[in-house]
Amino acid sequence: MEIKVLGPGCAKCNEAEKIMTAATAEAGITASIEKISDFQQIAMHGVFSTPAVVIDGKIKCVGKVPSKDEALAWLKQ
Amino acid sequence: MKSDKNSLPLCCDGIEEKNPRKDITSPLKNCLLMFTALIVWVLLYRQLLPFSNFLTYDIVRLSRESHLGASMEFFFYDTPKVLMLLTLVVYGVGIIRSFFTPEKTRAILAGRRESVGNVLAAMLGIVTPFCSCSAVPLFIGFVTAGVPLGVTFSFLISAPMVNEIALVLLYGLLGWKVAALYLVTGLVVAIVAGWVIGRLGMENHIEQWVRDLRAAGSEIPDIPLSWNDRLSRGWEAVRDIVGKVWIYVLAGIAVGAGIHGYVPEGALAAIMGKGAWWSVPLAVLLGVPMYSNAAGIVPVVHALLEKGAALGTVLAFMMSVIALSLPEMVILRKVLMPRLIGVFIAVVAAGIILVGYLFNIII
Repeated sequence: MEIKVLGPGCAKCNEAEKIMTAATAEAGITASIEKISDFQQIAMHGVFSTPAVVIDGKIKCVGKVPSKDEALAWLKQ
Repeated sequence: MKSDKNSLPLCCDGIEEKNPRKDITSPLKNCLLMFTALIVWVLLYRQLLPFSNFLTYDIVRLSRESHLGASMEFFFYDTPKVLMLLTLVVYGVGIIRSFFTPEKTRAILAGRRESVGNVLAAMLGIVTPFCSCSAVPLFIGFVTAGVPLGVTFSFLISAPMVNEIALVLLYGLLGWKVAALYLVTGLVVAIVAGWVIGRLGMENHIEQWVRDLRAAGSEIPDIPLSWNDRLSRGWEAVRDIVGKVWIYVLAGIAVGAGIHGYVPEGALAAIMGKGAWWSVPLAVLLGVPMYSNAAGIVPVVHALLEKGAALGTVLAFMMSVIALSLPEMVILRKVLMPRLIGVFIAVVAAGIILVGYLFNIII
């Protein structure tokens, strides 16, 4: 599984990354978590409110820090 | 996306069934809770003045004539007042904002004609959730979707400048007239400055890579929210915004209280009064490198006004501090070429200076 957290590096974006890391650990899933802070790359994903979470190329959440429950639900799909 | 709704728990919501806590709070119970909270709020709010008097002069036992006493009373009255107002309004705005997302705003603005678009963009700037760190992605999203450059700027100017925090603080400390004045002139500056920038036709001063991007078909799921979700968005906003901003409010009120207690009446009339024509541009110039949010600046503005500063000068200072900030310019440099940033600063600053003079003349 490939998880991307998009955000220029504000507090909320870091929080989103932390939650995704914690959720993958809890779900026992091996996944690569990548933090993308380059504006050009963020824009190429078609996302323009941050933080955003993309799992396996699918946008799961924009403009909001997900809760751990939400993150777990995405991972279990 | 509709077919997915029942089978897949989608973005940020749609997991109610797995979350028993949400089921317990029924809409009715939520409403009752809100109503009770509102009554408690009103009762508390009405006790603030006697409370601050009691605290300053009976508990701390300061003399009513002392500088320190005046400062303390100002602090003990303004702090709870502003924080209570802020909580109430941020909650309400949090609910309203659950109806507006940047994605929807973009869809509304895409393909708008300029003048109408500028007005809409400035107004949507008030209600669309916006944080300065997403200014750049938002700019890219708007421009690639075909929102005209000038319309995008109207949004980018209005979103940070005209917001609920500024309005609440102005209302709480300076009354509804000043708050209304700020709302209207803030919108006018955003509309006119955006329109002017649009007229200048500077599209080729956007960085090349942004112009090369074609609107990526964003498959962002649009999740229907229940009223319970919206109400909890309100609480989230309170936790988030009030939790972050209270320290600025305290710092601002402390500075304001110091000015209130120690600076003699009318001391600022000579330098910030109506007579000093140069004070408006100077205030705007000083405001650009300073960066504070509305929460920190309004209590200071309140105290300056009390000591003889002119309203126009002070409002111009406040707008400049909030709307034009160096950190934001540095971030915008990633998508805009220097000349466009220069024009942006110049046009907005000119608008703010005009507003300042206008008020100093009328009022």
